[in-house]
Amino acid sequence: MQAPLAKRIWDAIAAPFDGWLMAFLAGIFVMSMLVLFSASNQSWHKIDNKLVYTIMALTVMWIMANARPQTVMNFAPPLYAAGVLLLVGVELFGITVNGSTRWLNLGIVRIQPSEIMKTALPMMVAWYFQKYESTLNWRHYLVAVALIAVPGALVLKQPDLGTAVLIMGAGFFVLFFAGLSWKIIIGGLVAFLASLPVVWNLLHDYQRRRVLTLIDPMQDPLGDGYHIIQSMIAIGSGGPWGKGWLNGSQTHLDYIPERTTDFIFAVYSEEFGLAGNLLLLALYLGVITRGMLITARAQTLYGRLLAGAITLSFFVYVFVNMGMVAGILPVVGVPLPFMSYGGTATVSLAVALGMLMSIGNTKR
Amino acid sequence: MHRPTRLKDAQAEESQFQLRLVIAYGFMVLMLLTLAARFIWLQVMQYEHFATLAQNNSISLVPVQPNRGLIMDRNGVVLAQNHAAYTLEITPAKMADMEATIKALGGLVDITPRDERRFRKFLSESKDFEPVPLKLRLSEDEAARIAANAWRFPGVEVKARLFRDYPYKELTSHVLGYIGRINQRDQQKLEEDDKLANYRGATHIGKLGLEAVYEAELHGTNGFEEVETDAGGRAVRSLRRTPPIHGNNLKLALDIRLQEVADKLFGQRRGALVAIDPQTGGVLAFVSKPGFDPNLFIDGIDSTSWKSLNEDWQKPLVNRAVRGLYPPGSTFKPFMAMAALQSGAIGPYDLRPAPGYFTLPGSSHQFRDSNPRGNGMVNISKAIAVSSDTFFYRVAWDMGIDRIHPLVGQFGLGQKTGIDLDGEASGVLPSKEWKEKRFARFKPEVRRWYPADVVSVGIGQGFNAYTPLQMANATAILAADGKVFKPHLVQEITQAGSGKIRLVEPRPVRTLAFRPELYQHVKDGMVAVMRPGGTAARLAAGLTYTMAGKTGTAQVVQIKQGAKYNAAALAEQYRDHSWFIAFAPVEAPRIAIAVIVENAGFGAASAAPIARAVSDFALTGKVPAELQGKMMTMPQPAPAGDKHDASAAR
Repeated sequence: MQAPLAKRIWDAIAAPFDGWLMAFLAGIFVMSMLVLFSASNQSWHKIDNKLVYTIMALTVMWIMANARPQTVMNFAPPLYAAGVLLLVGVELFGITVNGSTRWLNLGIVRIQPSEIMKTALPMMVAWYFQKYESTLNWRHYLVAVALIAVPGALVLKQPDLGTAVLIMGAGFFVLFFAGLSWKIIIGGLVAFLASLPVVWNLLHDYQRRRVLTLIDPMQDPLGDGYHIIQSMIAIGSGGPWGKGWLNGSQTHLDYIPERTTDFIFAVYSEEFGLAGNLLLLALYLGVITRGMLITARAQTLYGRLLAGAITLSFFVYVFVNMGMVAGILPVVGVPLPFMSYGGTATVSLAVALGMLMSIGNTKR
Repeated sequence: MHRPTRLKDAQAEESQFQLRLVIAYGFMVLMLLTLAARFIWLQVMQYEHFATLAQNNSISLVPVQPNRGLIMDRNGVVLAQNHAAYTLEITPAKMADMEATIKALGGLVDITPRDERRFRKFLSESKDFEPVPLKLRLSEDEAARIAANAWRFPGVEVKARLFRDYPYKELTSHVLGYIGRINQRDQQKLEEDDKLANYRGATHIGKLGLEAVYEAELHGTNGFEEVETDAGGRAVRSLRRTPPIHGNNLKLALDIRLQEVADKLFGQRRGALVAIDPQTGGVLAFVSKPGFDPNLFIDGIDSTSWKSLNEDWQKPLVNRAVRGLYPPGSTFKPFMAMAALQSGAIGPYDLRPAPGYFTLPGSSHQFRDSNPRGNGMVNISKAIAVSSDTFFYRVAWDMGIDRIHPLVGQFGLGQKTGIDLDGEASGVLPSKEWKEKRFARFKPEVRRWYPADVVSVGIGQGFNAYTPLQMANATAILAADGKVFKPHLVQEITQAGSGKIRLVEPRPVRTLAFRPELYQHVKDGMVAVMRPGGTAARLAAGLTYTMAGKTGTAQVVQIKQGAKYNAAALAEQYRDHSWFIAFAPVEAPRIAIAVIVENAGFGAASAAPIARAVSDFALTGKVPAELQGKMMTMPQPAPAGDKHDASAAR
């Protein structure tokens, strides 16, 4: 009788998880542990922490995957409202680190409300469209734009350009899947390009330098270009097959900045080479493909809008981080999903993927 | 713009959605392929180029250490400073044969067995690519000899480093603490606090005392230097430098001269003294005797010195001022008197008999008075002046512990004061709940609070146990008529770069809820202590200002019923502790003092003269006769003017 019981328990635990997604994530997890151990100069302490984060992430993912999307959906407005309030709180009482105010001290814990918004905003917009599904007209699109613009502006003001773009991007993806007219999308794109000179003037000094550095890092190889050059050297010198685990000279001679967090991909690239990079890209593409399939099969408008936005956001994180490390995008603080070291990002991504799984679990 | 306000055709809507999905997916795949192309470009087409760059990567980022902030006394006398010296350092990762190298180096400079032992200890605690010091504080000569032979020893470097130095040694040991080499525990802690980056290349960290508490202020922020290195990893040329931000300087409320006077007055005796400015909470003197030389700990203490310090029965490593718990004896009475007056258990002018002993109704147990003949009829001020035990036995009995505890607790007794030092003990102001908890593992008869327990509490014996700092703090609160300040050692923090000064605000934490007129009655009693008929009348001779005090004698062992206390018959460590608390001038107090001398008997005999001399120096600048010409902080017997040391400026 032992075996059937154990199997029943296993089934109960495994049931809400999406098999395909879990397989791809497991692959990413193995690579991330290997590279973290190397990048942290073999710190078991960091490995321990990462294990704790992973267990936390699996727990919240399981909870979210178990919850019915229709139930979770109802939390969108209060969550969104709380997120906006917290962002206003940051504006008023936030903790300033390195010139930008992103954290809020709640006595027991310090939180970064913009992190909540990454999930709360697409939920809110999707909820809104679901609510008015049968009567949708252009006014609803206007309201949706306002829903996106308010938190976006608050985060922009901290200032945290990277996160603001990610948040607004997530909101825009919902609009896109909700059927925002192509004319507006293309018109908006043109308007954006036309306004670039104005935006340039609004950028902070350090942000402008990052863009200039991208265009020509060799301008100032020991100044702003230093990190990008060193990280490109790391990737390039990794070659087709890599220098081998724990053998990255760029990594271990301290040339790579933030090498356990935002730049961890440079360490990975150096040690595992092009082969490793393509494997990791394939794993991420697997997650994205599965996400798109779930989106295509989603039953409700809310489900398909949110699933689509989550999948596209996931892609954006991957692309922006890798693009930054590979020197084709400016340096913005975006972690590489499930690879970069850090509890908040891991757990909030797990929440999003858990919701994606629960949408996938809701059969027609 | 014309748009259908209602999408009637579900089929069309569905196909439009699926189309967008395909477009989005195609876009994502395309972008990931772009990334893949970029990787192929970098890792295949440009591989040779980048591999060469990595091979010749000759630019490394070297952390530049900030100078640790100085610690100064209130007059700018430097108590913790840095001086530059050369060290001989070895990077294990660059070493082919460590033993041979050490041997060869021994031919150039003198490497003692102690140096070698210490080196091996550091070696086991550090990572392979971190330089480990083999010999500290090389002479100019030795440094030059190594430099001339550097080519023979790859991985061996002579570095100029800053060393910490505490010029006043034992005088400041329990205040400043010390810094020491960063060990694995520190490393772990820094990693958890996410401060590791700022400690790259750093070797030392505050371990104890102010050096530890104010580590974040004192350490500063790392700078970086980008240097071109040769094939052996030696720096050839500096390319760019981000200067470090040096640590902030601390200015204490403490006066080092007063500290020395207090310290020297103890002589070879054990004990503690804390002096506080009642108007600010600033700590003017903070002594725990014996002390130790903090310089011993900076570069790893050798085992003989450690053993002798650690196993010394006098426990020089224990900070008695914040960790030593002693029954306060009769110095408790002024606070007990405040509680009694506030509770209404006795009026300020009420007379009570103060006979030679006190018995509880229905019991034959005698609670004896230190004066076997008794003191006749006394009011509360007189009871303090003559230190009547029976008066306070009765008051305590009348009040009961439930009324005593909250009122005496107002003076911060039995609680941490919150001073800026680690490891403060909270002490014990007894209560029913406390006894229940303290003896939780014992039988109910032991745990229970007996009405008779309160009697000895009334005179500061029984379960009472406080730190000298708590007693000084309580005295300061009493002196300031109930204004409570958080006692603090650091008074100002000066930003290294800008010279901006941050004051540690002397903010009153609260004002006690005692009726304001009550303080005067208790103070009158404490003034009378130093007048003819008082327990410390002898001490008042030659006072040029007004002083209020209270003697105390804390029992170390219980004396049997009917037996007499005989100091000569008791081994030294069982003799009574001598206490004195005082403040002056009475009208506008500027100093509040608590002194305890361990195993020194009656309070007026040992502790009170120290308090008097410290108060004299603080208020009039008079150096005690026996210390004239022996003060290291005052080469010549100097007047009490402010002394601004040139060395304070960096």
